[in-house]
Amino acid sequence: MNDPERISSAVPVGAAAPDRAPIQPAAPAPAPRPGEPAAASGRAEAVGRRREILYFALRDRKVLVGLGILIVFVAAAVVGPLIRPGDPDAFVGPMAAAPSREWWFGTTTFGQDVFAQFVYGVGSTFLVGLFGGGLAALIGMTVGFVAGYRGGVVDEILNMLTNVVLVIPTLALLLIAAAYLTARGVLVEAVFIGLTSWPWAARAIRAQTFSLNTREFVDLARLTGVPSWRVIFGEIAPNMGSYLFMTFILLFGGAILIAATLDFIGLGPTSGSSLGMMMYNAVAWSALQLGMWWWFIPPGLGITAIVGALYVMNVGLDEIFNPRLRKM
Amino acid sequence: MLTLDRVSKVYKVGTFGGKDLPAVRGVSFEMGPGEVVSLIGESGSGKTTVGKMILRLISVTTGRISIDGTDIATLGGDGLRAYYRTVQGVFQDPFSSFNPMYKADHVLGMMRRQYFSGLADADWLAKVEASLQAVNLDPGQTLHKYPHQLSGGQLQRLLVARALLLDIRYLVADEIISMLDASTRIDVLNLLGELRERGLGILFITHDLSLGNYISDRTVILRRGNVVEMGATAKVFGNPLHPYSRMLIAAAPQLHRKWAAVAAELGAGGGPRPEGCLFHRLYPPDRPAGADGERPTLARAEDDHFVGCVRLDGEGACS
Repeated sequence: MNDPERISSAVPVGAAAPDRAPIQPAAPAPAPRPGEPAAASGRAEAVGRRREILYFALRDRKVLVGLGILIVFVAAAVVGPLIRPGDPDAFVGPMAAAPSREWWFGTTTFGQDVFAQFVYGVGSTFLVGLFGGGLAALIGMTVGFVAGYRGGVVDEILNMLTNVVLVIPTLALLLIAAAYLTARGVLVEAVFIGLTSWPWAARAIRAQTFSLNTREFVDLARLTGVPSWRVIFGEIAPNMGSYLFMTFILLFGGAILIAATLDFIGLGPTSGSSLGMMMYNAVAWSALQLGMWWWFIPPGLGITAIVGALYVMNVGLDEIFNPRLRKM
Repeated sequence: MLTLDRVSKVYKVGTFGGKDLPAVRGVSFEMGPGEVVSLIGESGSGKTTVGKMILRLISVTTGRISIDGTDIATLGGDGLRAYYRTVQGVFQDPFSSFNPMYKADHVLGMMRRQYFSGLADADWLAKVEASLQAVNLDPGQTLHKYPHQLSGGQLQRLLVARALLLDIRYLVADEIISMLDASTRIDVLNLLGELRERGLGILFITHDLSLGNYISDRTVILRRGNVVEMGATAKVFGNPLHPYSRMLIAAAPQLHRKWAAVAAELGAGGGPRPEGCLFHRLYPPDRPAGADGERPTLARAEDDHFVGCVRLDGEGACS
């Protein structure tokens, strides 16, 4: 699920995007106003760049499609529980009913409402993805940037730490943790996933930072007296903006899949429901053999659509972050 | 006065830094305002390392680089900012010197944030335009453009303009014209000449002898991290003393000679050669070391003309 080789070879920094948008609206770059100061101050420049990214982002078809799918799912997670209030695991309907006007996604073998489970599950899936993937991305980026920028002894220590965490058997660790934590919520699961899945991201970012660190514009920034943290976040990080976003996307998707795995072996949250647990229940109660497609298709499609939408967005964002890939 | 005193740089390589890789060995020279010093050497001779050490982008292993008596290794925070106000650099590759994520004037914006944060927009704009005009750039054509929309010559001059925003006294110019084509090359060279007239000290790092000869007052020739010969440009080029400098100068392409003729001459011994090692004739190996216990690496052959040993490590006899 998180394969460093595949990830690091997918989009090397500075390389062309895997594929480009076939049609770009022939909109010109936001023209600077004639009276605007020639070299604006740092803050104004950052604001201008943000506005420019937004300008191109809202005109990129891939970004719009990905964003649209995500918004639909987020809306389902927010609005769904309002439509079907109450416990999503309650036995409310007929048993094993196919989708109908009353039960949109049908019901389980026990008469639970699949739609209610689905919208709750999407919510907790986003939660695990955001917190787990977010925490992993935060740790991975911090460790990767510091190790790659500082080099030397700092790099050796951080690299050793990364390798140690990389070889820790996550499952065994979780078995032990589960023995101590009797009540586990979705957030505890997310934190656990975040703390164990960052090493490959740190290694990939460290390698990219190393390579960018030798570029002359980094030297030029140092020569201007720019402090280290600003060299990292102002000069180095923007050059791997789409890569960082993809790291987050893959950690996000990875966290969702790890959560599904943990749910499957009974180490998932002791309260709440998730898409992974729905799929597990569907398989456990032979939904496939009984032809109850409405039980396992929605959660499977949900996970695929969320991760896929993030990936499509990433390809589009590559063109937006890197001005050289834009069609002007 | 910018002074390098027996500056060395040793890189640790191999597992656990077990091996030493010396890049620069005991380089000493000094540079005053209004003086152009050319640092000439082949690839890997350590000339860029010397430039980066002066700009404090690389630390010095042993020895000391000082400006007006202050060791630059001790500078930090405001002291370093003050140092960068007086010493700036321009690098070889104009395309790599600009962050492709930003417009080209980002390099000027960084300057403003670090040094001119109190300046009003109009004053800053006037300052930028003045320094762009000093390098013959049209503000309307260069500002608000991405680096890939500008030519190498424009970018390189923009970098010089960036350095000129500060009241610098020394400029480290690392191969700044080797990436430019012949016509823009002369523009940048003439620009450096003008800057020298205005009292700027320039360290002109190059592998091109004729460029070094064209522009500089003094010349330092580096080979494998050692200074082999140094002195007034006219003396070094007119009367090269070290075999390496002779070979280098003889091998420089000349407009009216074919390489085959030069190669034949070099192969035949390259004309009369001095007997043995001039350095050790001037400093015999058995001569005791100086007062500070250090043996000199260069011998004074004549006024403002120094030569190193034929052997590069400078130890023992060599003839």
